[in-house]
Amino acid sequence: MSLILGLETSCDETSAAVVADGRAVLSNIISSQIDLHRKFGGVVPEIASRKHIENVLPVIDCALKEAGASLGDIDAVGVTYGPGLVGALLVGVAAAKALAFAGGKKLIGVNHLEGHVFANFLAHQDLEPPLVALIVSGGHTSLVHLESYADFTLLGQTRDDAAGEAFDKVARVLGLPYPGGPHIDRLAAGGDPEAIAFPRALSGEGYEFSFSGLKSAVLNFINSARQRGETVDAAEVAASFQAAVVEVLVAKTIQAARDAGVDTVAMAGGVAANSGLRTALSRACAGNGIQLCYPPPVLCTDNAAMIACRAYYQYRGGDWAGLTLNAVPALKFGEKRYAVE
Amino acid sequence: MTSFLTRTADGTFQFGHTLGKKLAAGDVLCLTGDLGAGKTLLVQGAAAGLGVTETVTSPTFTLMQVYETGRLPVYHFDLYRLDAPMDLHNIGFEEYMGGDGVALIEWADKFPAAMPEHCLWVEINRGRETTERVIMLRPKGERYRRLGEELKESADSGAGYCHAGV
Repeated sequence: MSLILGLETSCDETSAAVVADGRAVLSNIISSQIDLHRKFGGVVPEIASRKHIENVLPVIDCALKEAGASLGDIDAVGVTYGPGLVGALLVGVAAAKALAFAGGKKLIGVNHLEGHVFANFLAHQDLEPPLVALIVSGGHTSLVHLESYADFTLLGQTRDDAAGEAFDKVARVLGLPYPGGPHIDRLAAGGDPEAIAFPRALSGEGYEFSFSGLKSAVLNFINSARQRGETVDAAEVAASFQAAVVEVLVAKTIQAARDAGVDTVAMAGGVAANSGLRTALSRACAGNGIQLCYPPPVLCTDNAAMIACRAYYQYRGGDWAGLTLNAVPALKFGEKRYAVE
Repeated sequence: MTSFLTRTADGTFQFGHTLGKKLAAGDVLCLTGDLGAGKTLLVQGAAAGLGVTETVTSPTFTLMQVYETGRLPVYHFDLYRLDAPMDLHNIGFEEYMGGDGVALIEWADKFPAAMPEHCLWVEINRGRETTERVIMLRPKGERYRRLGEELKESADSGAGYCHAGV
């Protein structure tokens, strides 16, 4: 059995996890979901300077303890080295290097975006490549072809805003709390998706996305209505906006799966939890003989279990990083930026 | 203060492109304007003007993105999600100011006191037509006053934007 310790510090969350043989999550600790203050008795203010630094060791201790493992039991340490904020990434990378060096463990450099896709392997034990993955979150909207555990092709991504960002910004203008995605989703369920004809950008034009124009169209619609003194039917706006996003995501995902000749589609990222998207994509996949899978919510957000899962397949393939591994803030999907050991 | 008028989204991109061509290492642009005003679009133009070949996307969620394929490194920030000036410290904001690249900062007006003393404030407002935008430049420092003058000189001549007054 191979035990991988995963670390993730690319953005808001500090997370550590222990995963066995790439599939069994023994622990998955996410800083925002535990009360570090109470658990460790120290003072961890809400907005601490370089909060990852304060969180990382307690989170690792917690992950090992919950997995019933010690550092000696671990075979390799996998860490997110990009993309993300350089200061945040460096905390995880430095911690992983120190642990690997001190414990004589293999060090694995993991691409955060690839980790999101691999979250599906944790949620679906029999799932294997090839598959097409739709990564859809606040920061990313990408279609990827996974030919094997080690070979990926980025088919297309957004040219401007990510889908999740459009959700949050429309929600803000409608006066909904942050994060707005789930609120739009709930409102949309009670509105007519055909009430307002919002644009479907880049429809039928390859695998690239654009949501900035849609965001502007929705804002213009709301502002114009308010200027005329009309009340905006928030449910209608939410439903019509969500329908425009979902239609484009579904059409391009199905097209990508058919073009790649795969019979499996996997969703990843926070917007994968959107019920409108899940329903529409499930229906479209069923109609095309395609199996659809998506991770549970805890594995859709940033977490270290998905990083450990991705690291396991790199570990197995001999894709080990040297101790010169560094943070790469602008890392692209499928890109490698380290010297292999 | 100098204002420019763009009639279409492409004009706003072109304005950014012209601006980007003139940027030098250490330059800081502070962008302001409502949701959908075109801040990211202007940054996309500026990045293209600097020779960046990658797709420049909105950094609202990622907070900051680095582009290294152009003439100078581009540090693209978005402060929309940040709540307090202390958060800037958490994302290593100060380390990128006045360095080897150019810093393009969206929603800089959330923490005006935390911006560098010398910078160019770029405010984008909606015009009369849906796609029309009024871009106001407020230079802080001699370097940025000159930059504004240069942009005035290249206005109209097929640049996609025109000078709209002082």
